[in-house]
Amino acid sequence: MKDYQDGYIKLALPKGRFLSPTASLLAEIGLGFQDYSDKTKQYRLRSAKFPTLSAKILQEKDISIQVAVGNYDLGICGLDWIEEFLAKYPAGALVKISSLNYGEGDIHVVASAEAGIANLNELSAGRSYRIVSEYPNLAEALALNLRMRRFRIFPVWGAAEAYPPENADLAVLWGKSGADIVTQGLIPLKKLLPVTAFLVANRESLENKDLSQILMCFSSKLTAEPQTSIENELDIYEKLKVSRPLWQAKEINLALPDGHQQAPTSQFLKQAGLALQGYSEEVSNRRPSADLDWLGIKVVRPQDMPLQVANSNFDLAITGEDWLREHLYRFPSSPVKKLFALGFGTVKIVAAVSQEMPVADIDELRSLVQSSKFAPLKVASEYINIADKYLRDNHINPYKLIPTWGASEAFLPEDADMLIDNAQTGKTLEQHKLKIIDVLFRSSACLIANKDSLASSDKKEKMEFLTQKLRAGLL
Amino acid sequence: MQDLLPGDMLRFRRIEDVFRTCCRNWGYQEVRTPTLEYLYLFTATGTLTPGMLSKVYSFLDWDGWSGERVVLRPDGTIPVARLYSDNLTGQELARLFYVTNIFAFEGTGKENRERWQCGAEFFGGAKFAPDVEIILLAEEVISRLGISNVGLQLSHAGLVKALLKELKLSPGEEAKMTNRLLEGNWQALTRAKSTNPEIDRLIAALLGLKGKSSSFLHNVKASFPKASQDFKSSLEDLINITTLLDNLGCSYKIDIAAIHGFEYYTGICFQFLAAGEKIGGGGRYDNLVPLMNGEDIPACGFALYVDPIMKLLLLEEGKKGESEILVKGKELTPEIAETCFIVAESLRDAGYPAELDFTGRKESNYRWVVLVSGKEPSPFVITDCIQKRRRDAASMAEIIKVVSEG
Repeated sequence: MKDYQDGYIKLALPKGRFLSPTASLLAEIGLGFQDYSDKTKQYRLRSAKFPTLSAKILQEKDISIQVAVGNYDLGICGLDWIEEFLAKYPAGALVKISSLNYGEGDIHVVASAEAGIANLNELSAGRSYRIVSEYPNLAEALALNLRMRRFRIFPVWGAAEAYPPENADLAVLWGKSGADIVTQGLIPLKKLLPVTAFLVANRESLENKDLSQILMCFSSKLTAEPQTSIENELDIYEKLKVSRPLWQAKEINLALPDGHQQAPTSQFLKQAGLALQGYSEEVSNRRPSADLDWLGIKVVRPQDMPLQVANSNFDLAITGEDWLREHLYRFPSSPVKKLFALGFGTVKIVAAVSQEMPVADIDELRSLVQSSKFAPLKVASEYINIADKYLRDNHINPYKLIPTWGASEAFLPEDADMLIDNAQTGKTLEQHKLKIIDVLFRSSACLIANKDSLASSDKKEKMEFLTQKLRAGLL
Repeated sequence: MQDLLPGDMLRFRRIEDVFRTCCRNWGYQEVRTPTLEYLYLFTATGTLTPGMLSKVYSFLDWDGWSGERVVLRPDGTIPVARLYSDNLTGQELARLFYVTNIFAFEGTGKENRERWQCGAEFFGGAKFAPDVEIILLAEEVISRLGISNVGLQLSHAGLVKALLKELKLSPGEEAKMTNRLLEGNWQALTRAKSTNPEIDRLIAALLGLKGKSSSFLHNVKASFPKASQDFKSSLEDLINITTLLDNLGCSYKIDIAAIHGFEYYTGICFQFLAAGEKIGGGGRYDNLVPLMNGEDIPACGFALYVDPIMKLLLLEEGKKGESEILVKGKELTPEIAETCFIVAESLRDAGYPAELDFTGRKESNYRWVVLVSGKEPSPFVITDCIQKRRRDAASMAEIIKVVSEG
C-alpha cells in the first residue's frame, strides 16, 4: 500500500518519440525538469519548482503498466500503449485523464496485398488469419470483435510491416497515414486509434492523493484547442494504388537483424563473401537482396527470430544466443537449433542488484528473500523466460517478474529489487549504483536454423551451401 | 476462487447424484470433455460474443510457437457438441450428459472464476418434442432436489432474430444489436425505430407482454397477420412447445426479453429462476454441429448451475454421522490399535461405515461408539448414542449383532 501522507508525487515520463515534445510541454506549463532531454544519462529527475515531485524516464510500453500497478501516480505516454493495456485489463487501475494533443500517425489495421482482403467485414468468413503486431492485445480484441473464426496472433518486438505477405495476412501497426502504408505495399483497412500523447493516472492516487497542483499545471493544456487536430483525412483507400512489393516465394529464407546488431552483421556477411544490396547503414531496407536468386532475405528484430524460424517463416536467421534461449525455455520442443556462434555482439547476461543491498551472490540473496525482507523479490527483465527459469533453479521464493522492454536498470531500486539483463562491460550498471551478483551465461550472435528445413530433401543442399559460406566468415 | 468444504461437497454430490439418476432414467449417457481445449473451437463457430471471449483464460501451449492457443473450457455445450461431432455422428440420436466446471475471468473478485454445471444435450432430435423433453428433465431434477418456487421463463431465439431482420439494419448494425441483446440490453431493441410502424407495434407487444399459456401466442399470431414468414414459423414452433407443456401441466412464463446469453441458440430458450437467481437454462441450437462439421444435425440441451443451487439446498445439520460408527481405543497401545483396525474393518465388511479415533476427543454425531479396552472377558463396550445405553460385548459377532438390531 502506498503512503498517502508522504505527499510525494511520482511521474513517469517517456523516452523516445515523445521525449522532446513532452519536455517542451513540461517547460511551457512550468513543470520542466532540467535533465529531461535526449542526451540525459539520468533516469531519475527532481523538479526544481515542486520539491515533492519526482519523475523517472521509462520506455513508453512500461509507463501504462507502471502507472496501473501504482509505482507512479501520473504518467505520459502514447494512446497506443494505453489502449494496448486496457484491451487486456479494462478493469485495471489506469485512468486516462486527457490527450495532450501532440503525436503523429495512427494505429492501423492493414492487410497484405496478397491476402485478397478489401474490407474488415470479409474477415469473419471461415479462413484462418495470421496477425502480426507489436500490439497483441489490440490485435486480439480486434479479431474477437470482428468474430474472426480462426486466427493466430504473432506478437513481435517490431518491424511488423516486414511480415506480410509471406509471413502474415494482417498486421496492426503504426503508420503516418494511409498513403504511407500503401507505399509499404500494404492495404490499410481501418484506423484503430490516433497515436497522441496522453496524461494518465493511477486510479487509487487520483481518488486518495492530492495531485491538484500538478494537474493544475496541465489544465491550461487540457482545455486548449488541439494544436494538431487529428487528421481528418477521409482516407479514401480505394484511390490509393497499392503497389505490390516485388517478391516471390524463395526456396531459402534468411532473417537478418536490425538495430545494434545490423552493423556487425553486415560486416560479418562481407567477410563471408555474401554480397547484399540494401543492408548497409547507408542504404537499408526490410528486404535486401543477394546475388543468389533462390535466397529470400528479410530484416526483422532479433528478438522475434527464434519464433519465426520455429514457424518455418525463415529457414535460417542471425540472432543472439540470449533470444534463442529465451525462446527455447518457453517452447522446449521447438524445432529451432543453433548452428554456430558468429563471434560478435558478445554480452553477458547478468543478475544485478542495488549496491546497497547487503548480498554478494545469489545464495545470500536467497537467504535475504527467505528472511522475508525482500519478499516477494521483484525482478525486472526483458528476458522473462530466462529470468523465470533462473529464479526457479535457484529456489528464490517468492518472486514477482516485471517484464520490461530493455533498460531494466531504470527500475532499480524503487520499482524492482533485481534485474536480469544483458551487459557488455558492466559500466552502465555501475553508473546506476548497481552490482552484478551472478553471470547467467555469455551470449553472442549466432546462426539458427529450422530443424525441419535442415532435414528437408528440397532444401538440404542449399542450406548446406549457405551455412558453409557463412562459416567461412568466421575467420 | 473458492474451496468446497465437506458441507459444500455433501450438497454438491447430492445435486450430482440426483442429476445423474434422472438423466440415466431418461436414457442419457455420461461424457466428459478435457479442461483444455483449443481457442479456435470457441471462435470457429462464431457463436460466442466478443464480450464473453474476452474473458476466457487463454494461453500459449508448450508447443505454441505457431501462435495456436488453448483455453480453460469457458462453456459446457460447445465441447460436448465437438465431442459428438468428432466421435458420435454415426449414431442417429445421442442423448449425452456431463458434470463439468467452466472458467471465465471475473474482474470484480465477487464471483467465482470457476463454476460448475450439470448439463444434458440431445443431438439429432428435431423440434418440438425434444425441446419439451429437456425442459421436463431439467424440471424433474430441480423438483427432486426439493427446490420450491421455481419459475420457468421461455423465449425464442428464432423469434428474436426474425424481429431483428424486420428492422432492416445494416450488417454491422445488426451484429452490434445482436451483441447488445445477448448482453441483456433489450431497450436497444425498442429504441431502434423501424420504418414500419407495424414492426414497432410487434416489438412493443412482445417486449411488454408476458404470456402464461399458448393462448398468448395464438393472440400474437392473430394480431400480427403481416409478420414475416420467419417470424411466423418461429411462433408456430413456440406454440407447439407451449401447447405440449400446457397439456402436460408444466407452468411457465413467456418473456421474450428475460433471456440473455443465448449466443448459439436458434429456437426455444429457457431459464429457471429460484430465489431471484438463475439456476439453469438451455435451448435449441440447430446450427452448432453444422458449423463444426457441416452435418445437418439439430440439437438442444440445458445446464443447471451447481453453485446457486447449492445455496438453496437444505441439508439437515448433523445428518453426517447418522449411520456411522466410531471405533476408539481406550489407550493407544499397539495391541489395542491393532484390535481397533480389525474391528473397524469387520464392520465395514459387514456394510457399516466405521471411523477410527485414537485421540480420546469427545465423540459427537455418531450412531454407535465401540470402545476397545482389550480386557477379557468383554474387551468391547458399545454405546448407543441415540438410546443413550451402554453394553459390553465379548466378540466381533456380538458387536455386529447389536449394531444390526439397531
